[in-house]
Amino acid sequence: MYQTTYHRASSVDEAVSLFGESSEAKFLAGGQTLLPVMKQRLASPSDVIDLGKIKELQGVELSGDTLTIKAATTYYDIMTNADVKKAIPAIAHLTSVLGDPAVRYRGTIGGSIANNDPAADFPAALLALGATVKTNKRSIAAEDFFQGLFSTALEDGELITAVSFPVPAKAGYEKMRHPASRFALTGVFVAQTKSGEVRVAATGASQSGVMRVPAIEAALKSNWSPSAIDGVAISANGLLADIHGTAEYRANLIKVMAQRAVSAAG
Amino acid sequence: MGVEGIGARVVRKEDKRFITGKGRYVDDIKLMGMTHAHFIRSPHAHAKVKKIDSSAALKMPGVVAVLTGQQIVDDKVGNLICGWAITSKDGSPMKMGAWPAMAPETVRFVGQAVAVVIAESKNLARDAAEAVVVDYEELPAVADVHAAIKSGAPQLHPEAPGNQVYDWVIGDEGATDAAFAKAANVVKLDVTNNRLAPNAMEPRAAIADYDAAEEHFTLYTTSQNPHVARLVLSAFYNIAPEHKLRVIAPDVGGGFGSKIFIYPEEMVALWASKKVGRPVKWTGDRTEAFLTDAHGRDHVTHAEMAFDANNKITGFKVKTYANFGAYMSLFSSSVPTYLYATLLSGQYNIPAIHAEVIGVYTNTTPVDAYRGAGRPEASYLIERLMETAARQLKVDPAELRRTNFITQFPHQTPVIMAYDTGDFNASLDAAMKAIDYAGFPARKAQAKSQGKLRGIGVSCYIEACGIAPSKAVGSLGAGVGLWESAEVRVNPVGTIEILTGSHSHGQGHETTFCQLVAERLGVPVSQVSIVHGDTDKVQFGMGTYGSRSAAVGLTAILKAMEKMESKAKKIAAHALEASEADIVIENGEFKVTGTDKAIALPMVALAAYTAHNLPDGMEPGLKESAFYDPTNFTFPAGTYICEVEVDPGTGKTSFVNFVAADDFGRLINPMIVEGQVHGGLVQGIGQALLEHAIYDANGQPVTASFMDYAMPRADDVPSFNLSHTTTLCPGNPLGIKGCGEAGAIGASAAVINAITDAIGKNNLEMPATPDRVWRTIHAA
Ligand SMILES: Cc1cc2nc3c(=O)[nH]c(=O)nc-3n(C[C@H](O)[C@H](O)[C@H](O)COP(=O)(O)OP(=O)(O)OC[C@H]3O[C@@H](n4cnc5c(N)ncnc54)[C@H](O)[C@@H]3O)c2cc1C
Repeated sequence: MYQTTYHRASSVDEAVSLFGESSEAKFLAGGQTLLPVMKQRLASPSDVIDLGKIKELQGVELSGDTLTIKAATTYYDIMTNADVKKAIPAIAHLTSVLGDPAVRYRGTIGGSIANNDPAADFPAALLALGATVKTNKRSIAAEDFFQGLFSTALEDGELITAVSFPVPAKAGYEKMRHPASRFALTGVFVAQTKSGEVRVAATGASQSGVMRVPAIEAALKSNWSPSAIDGVAISANGLLADIHGTAEYRANLIKVMAQRAVSAAG
Repeated sequence: MGVEGIGARVVRKEDKRFITGKGRYVDDIKLMGMTHAHFIRSPHAHAKVKKIDSSAALKMPGVVAVLTGQQIVDDKVGNLICGWAITSKDGSPMKMGAWPAMAPETVRFVGQAVAVVIAESKNLARDAAEAVVVDYEELPAVADVHAAIKSGAPQLHPEAPGNQVYDWVIGDEGATDAAFAKAANVVKLDVTNNRLAPNAMEPRAAIADYDAAEEHFTLYTTSQNPHVARLVLSAFYNIAPEHKLRVIAPDVGGGFGSKIFIYPEEMVALWASKKVGRPVKWTGDRTEAFLTDAHGRDHVTHAEMAFDANNKITGFKVKTYANFGAYMSLFSSSVPTYLYATLLSGQYNIPAIHAEVIGVYTNTTPVDAYRGAGRPEASYLIERLMETAARQLKVDPAELRRTNFITQFPHQTPVIMAYDTGDFNASLDAAMKAIDYAGFPARKAQAKSQGKLRGIGVSCYIEACGIAPSKAVGSLGAGVGLWESAEVRVNPVGTIEILTGSHSHGQGHETTFCQLVAERLGVPVSQVSIVHGDTDKVQFGMGTYGSRSAAVGLTAILKAMEKMESKAKKIAAHALEASEADIVIENGEFKVTGTDKAIALPMVALAAYTAHNLPDGMEPGLKESAFYDPTNFTFPAGTYICEVEVDPGTGKTSFVNFVAADDFGRLINPMIVEGQVHGGLVQGIGQALLEHAIYDANGQPVTASFMDYAMPRADDVPSFNLSHTTTLCPGNPLGIKGCGEAGAIGASAAVINAITDAIGKNNLEMPATPDRVWRTIHAA
């Protein structure tokens, strides 16, 4: 790790102003992505601004049909939260299969979506559920937030404060774990909104990051059942291929995971 | 004898310090004035080192020195050696290229060091390393064995034309060909034994401390065999004569073979410590471990087996290409030859065997012994072939094995080994019963009704352990003897210290070795301590690998104990005015048999040291030592059977059951044995399902971190069902065979046999990743 200056912010305003005062600052949430990258000397922020002690970034709120998860809430806290389990159990399940215990105790929803790893789990949930990302400046629809591999709509110094999810009628997430990293080799989140819209998002599969899967959405729209997906053809074009999975395999997984997610959603 | 003797499940004495974080590893040691080394490593798989410019680095804060490969060559530090000479079939010695500790001219694998920065802290050394400019001229590289032997392939070493180290044969080719000519059936198989990265939990580390006044070096290092390290550093690398070099291997966090070898970093640390006049510390990180710890396995094999009309094996032909990486590591040459081909008879009566092994250089990390070393490759090959044969001959795989089992002992195989004892039917029976083999078809049908593919796979392994009779290995080319030494010191107060040349890096010697003393003297293990891992304390030793510590190391302790006991009995007899022949040792006392006359061990010890009243002519003191050289290898064997379910949608394999029936001879501590088997099985399963050290065509490693290299984790493996079917080893007085490697040797074939049974296709390479299994299921 290169030399860096550590700051512990106590409020969102303080974090944002510290960011503005430094030459090359980084927010630090769970550190599960940022710290390994710094240790490998692939990132060298002049200043690191820790969000972990900011009270207004912690916790979950359920009000009416909206579940709001604050940005610095850890996966573990999300996974064990009663409101999450009640309102969108698929999110609790997603968090339970994310990484390993050490990652779940430290990693945060805000860090995950800010990083937008093409194999991360949460982006699929946000996209399928039509969530809204709240920042210190504005609200951004999930659709507009994720902009390809490791890239988002966030501006320099913009801080995610929370994510709000409309509570769906049904939702499910199934994931084939990457055998080494435990990220998603392919994960599919399926949701049926209370107004009957069907949204399906796949992560870990596409070369351009998290994506909607319109063919499966169409099939499920007319028949919400695993067998509805049997006849859907998923092309391997544009899908990721590496030592752990060919593009054809990932195309297969999109279907299989979608079917299992529908079963899980009920 | 007693609750802590042989066969007792004594809780590991060493765990208190490990579990409470009080272990003392090399990296925990800090010396006064210590500097820190950071190596500059080649990013290229093959390149000429044109120029190293360290002028900017030398001006940076805290930099003590930047030392290069040319300097270490100029200072006449020796090149790394390979300690086992192999002769090719044409009679020529193996062909080796030079391996300097840092490359002066040419780098041949990614990660090979070209220079080292010595600085006041690790971070400063790393900062300065970024300022050292190395000018490389890239050369074409080759990583794959088949590509490396093609004409026109990039050449690694001028000494080894065609990248060929040796072309070695064993067995009777004429007899084997004759068997094939008469065969009723021939079964053929091509298998790859995937390259593995060992990944001990503790990365390698070294601290070298040169004392200029005494012209003496101390090396703290992560070694499985500190005495061998001292011998090699002194005899071959010109570091210092042995009496001027102390090697200490303190707590070591796992080795699996990878810490047998003496590595360039240790040599450089010693040399640099003298150059800069201060202690030098290097602790590798995980990336360096992936790039520079000797890898394991990496064989490509074609094999054919001949059967007569009664399904008896009549001949076995094997051709193996072994990838050695860019240089010949310390024992690498012996792994695919004497540790592999000599086990090709498996548990079976095979009248004729012929094997050819071609050792090949590639631009990859050097390959050497890794848990099992050659024997996993042999066992995997034979057991995959037996399963293939059963499928082709349409007989039950367990029955086919039974038809061919060796049942008479001793048994001379056609490939050097003479098995001393065993009962292969007993372990097969035990495993079949434990897994309810007979009930499998019903379970398979049941699984099928739920859309799952179920399979069962058998693996009957045998290995040669207790390495090894010195004379025998010497005649096969080994550069060292493989005996072990021990010393028993009884202190004047009756407590006991056992000094051993074995080294514990996870095996639990501090407990099991004490149990032998408890068994013989009837004293609690708390009165005994084990001293190991320091060349200044223990006179000599060959270290720990090849499941040798109990069979060889503990036998040496037994021999020393016997000498000590004999003297102690004389002292006791003298004190009790009895005949020496009437003295028995029980519960820590020396008793006159049939009487109530007794003297406690501490009193005998005290008498030995006060020397006020010893038998006439007896020397004072109570300390004895012994060297033990085994007369044969030992042959642990057993049967593993696993039952798996494959998800046809994803190709993912999950375990329904995994049973192991092992014959390890006598067990000292069954709990520790179970731990060894669990760990070994997990490594075997890791090889079968997850692990693979991969290079791209240009020799760039693709799996140099845990984000890409899939290590097995607790949720990847089942709970194991273990049992033992014991035949005592006749070759050593304790009847021990060894248990350290068996799991890693036998498990992978059981897993692949089960998966291929489940999916109904015979050909499937390791690791059987979900992607690979899914593609195999759906292949036309
Ligand atoms: C072994 C391992 C396994 C993993 N497995 C998975 C997995 O299965 N699935 C998965 O989805 N992920 C996985 N991850 C990644 C993990 O989820 C990370 O926690 C996550 O990517 C980053 O979250 P964090 O809170 O740790 O963020 P940090 O590492 O602290 O930060 C990551 C980035 O986000 C920025 N950031 C953080 N918070 C905010 C904020 N509120 N506003 C703006 N920017 C912010 C930081 O500046 C930084 O650039 C794994 C990681 C590891 C080490």
